[in-house]
Amino acid sequence: MAAHAEATPDSEATAGLTPPVHRPDRQAFSHVERHIMADTAKPKGRAAKSSGTRKRGRKDTSPGLSNEKPEILLDYYRRMLFLRRFEERTAQAYTQARIGGYCHLNLGEEATIVGLMSALREDDYLFTNYRDHGYAIEKGMDPRRVMAELYGRTDGVAKGWGGSMHMYDTATRMLGGYGIVGGQLPLAAGAALAITYRGGDEVVMCQMGDGTTNIGAWHESLNIAKLWNLPVVFVVINNFTGMGTTVEMSSAEPDLYKRGAAFRIEGERVDGRDVLAVRDTTTRLVERARKEQTPFLLEAWSYRMKGHSVVDPAKYRTDEQKEEARSEQNDPIRLFDRQLTEAGILTDELREEMAASVKAEVAEAADFAENSPHPDVSTLFDYTYATPVPNESTRMPADPVFAE
Amino acid sequence: MSVITYRQALRDTLRAEMVRDENVFVMGEEIGLFEGSYKITEGLLKEFGPRRVRDTPIAEEGFVGAAVGAAMLGLRPVVEIMTINFSLIAIDQIINHAAKIYGMFGGQTSVPMVIRTPGGGGQQLGATHSQNIELFYSFVPGLKVLAPSTPAEASAMLRAAIRDDDPVLLLENLGLYNSKGEVPDDYAEPSNDDVATIGRAKVTREGSDITLIGYSRMAMVATQVAEQLAEEDIDVEVVDLRSLRPLDRQTFVDSVKKTGAAVICEDDWLTYGIGAEIAASIQEGAFDYLDAPVRRVAMAEVPMPYAKPLETAALPSIESISTVIKETLSAVGKRVG
Repeated sequence: MAAHAEATPDSEATAGLTPPVHRPDRQAFSHVERHIMADTAKPKGRAAKSSGTRKRGRKDTSPGLSNEKPEILLDYYRRMLFLRRFEERTAQAYTQARIGGYCHLNLGEEATIVGLMSALREDDYLFTNYRDHGYAIEKGMDPRRVMAELYGRTDGVAKGWGGSMHMYDTATRMLGGYGIVGGQLPLAAGAALAITYRGGDEVVMCQMGDGTTNIGAWHESLNIAKLWNLPVVFVVINNFTGMGTTVEMSSAEPDLYKRGAAFRIEGERVDGRDVLAVRDTTTRLVERARKEQTPFLLEAWSYRMKGHSVVDPAKYRTDEQKEEARSEQNDPIRLFDRQLTEAGILTDELREEMAASVKAEVAEAADFAENSPHPDVSTLFDYTYATPVPNESTRMPADPVFAE
Repeated sequence: MSVITYRQALRDTLRAEMVRDENVFVMGEEIGLFEGSYKITEGLLKEFGPRRVRDTPIAEEGFVGAAVGAAMLGLRPVVEIMTINFSLIAIDQIINHAAKIYGMFGGQTSVPMVIRTPGGGGQQLGATHSQNIELFYSFVPGLKVLAPSTPAEASAMLRAAIRDDDPVLLLENLGLYNSKGEVPDDYAEPSNDDVATIGRAKVTREGSDITLIGYSRMAMVATQVAEQLAEEDIDVEVVDLRSLRPLDRQTFVDSVKKTGAAVICEDDWLTYGIGAEIAASIQEGAFDYLDAPVRRVAMAEVPMPYAKPLETAALPSIESISTVIKETLSAVGKRVG
């Protein structure tokens, strides 16, 4: 394990494991991109953690800011802030018992989500796991309807049938948050198969957590995707912990971006706290998937600021780990705030303005959800089957099998 | 009418549906180059090419899930799982995904896919290749499960399954592939719109003494039992369940109301099996009409042995079913031939 951790932090390592024909052309990377890769492709092994190399400052990525229009940077900032406030409101609604069931938040993942979604075309498809609220919003769903889904109301994106783990919207092509670890991977491969079957040029993005890289569906899907030349970008969100089990405890190869090597799938690792790094790396992989009709693997690492779900106090974390997960340098929003402020792009006035408008919009989403009707019990049997056939059961629990 | 095998009925109907609809494609292990373990896909790769006849790796969860994903985008995959035993590798994709996607997301996207897979014991294939586990899928709302017993039914049900917008598991049977029966002359025509009704059972033989209920291979055996007992002057009514989900309870309950007695024959295990649901439905729907307890003839509760005498003894047979029918009629007080 130590050998992994001490390996040269170089995202080309994966390329080195694949045949030369798949080696990315280094010369094609811009100075900025290369810089970002060198900065972000740090191994996440125990040795790295104990030596504190993850805690390095962020000044290295600042050159990226000067290459981007201020309005775009401010847009990213606002979107990230929105996700943060949305999830905080979600947690609040959960404690108020407005939201039930399992509820997993994207706190700490905001830069990754905004970066990933900024790299997709509107007609590209997205599959995710159950930590999906932010993805749903960023793929284009109305946040009010996402909140209404959390509340289990009729105006929810899935009419209250899905809940937190199952955001879905055909129009924005977010084809589902899925609750079974790994379940979305074969589906994503199949969606890409349908695209190629019809000769389309859309790409499928398939998001998952770090724990997913050890389940059978991972291996079967990556193999099939490469074998059949399917345009899928598999994205592993590495927050170092599957519930409470660390990557090192569960993965024999903890450098997750290398794990496409068995399928000759190129992988890259990116600093998921850095929205521009995520966007640029993802854009490159998505467009290569589109052009070359082949899958890619992206590992984006960031910190899960709180427990696995709303009700998890994360007692398995040490105080030091908790502090690390919530520190300013690992908080993508505070980081970006500081960078934008130092660059003179984000002023106090703008910050206050955005904070107020985000707050109002989130409050509106919660109001919308609160005022949306509960589903009527008479709709209980509306969605069992798409094609009606005789003898579908519409029996309520206490009904006789043979209703008169 | 012409007489063909169950295998040919499936193959020709599958081909016809592929000709009819460009969105229909087949995938599975060994279905292309090898032309299918049981030759249902014989000739299809040559005719349609690898885009529409897709050989898969040995990865049931992966390729069944890929079929679900492709169906979500509007294709109509027909997946072959070599035998139903291997469906256990794909059970997460079938039960947690195929069966859930339409309802879980509020009816936004249907999953128009077919899983074709044979069950069946009696081929000396041993414990892991002889199971009848259709119950697992029949248990789950969101799935439809069909169990054809004749070539004509196999053709009409496969056509219905492909054209249905929900995930349908078509239960075939190793012991039926070579069985023969009449089919309409145009059964293999792409223009044939004779679609079986999903969710309907059928009285395949009328009788007055007792109702014998079966599905898949056992529906065929039930007919043989009835014909044999007719020679002993016992008049057996046979009900073929045809559709395991939705389940048409009314048809067999009406039959039991008429005959006053029922025996269920099934290739699966008795405890918690399909027959348990049938028996429970009969007691609820025809309690006052029953003249004797409902009996079940089902596989012995063991992992299927390889040795022929043991395997034969473990499975229901014409003889064992006939015996139980006579015992039941005897309990009723009716004359036993």
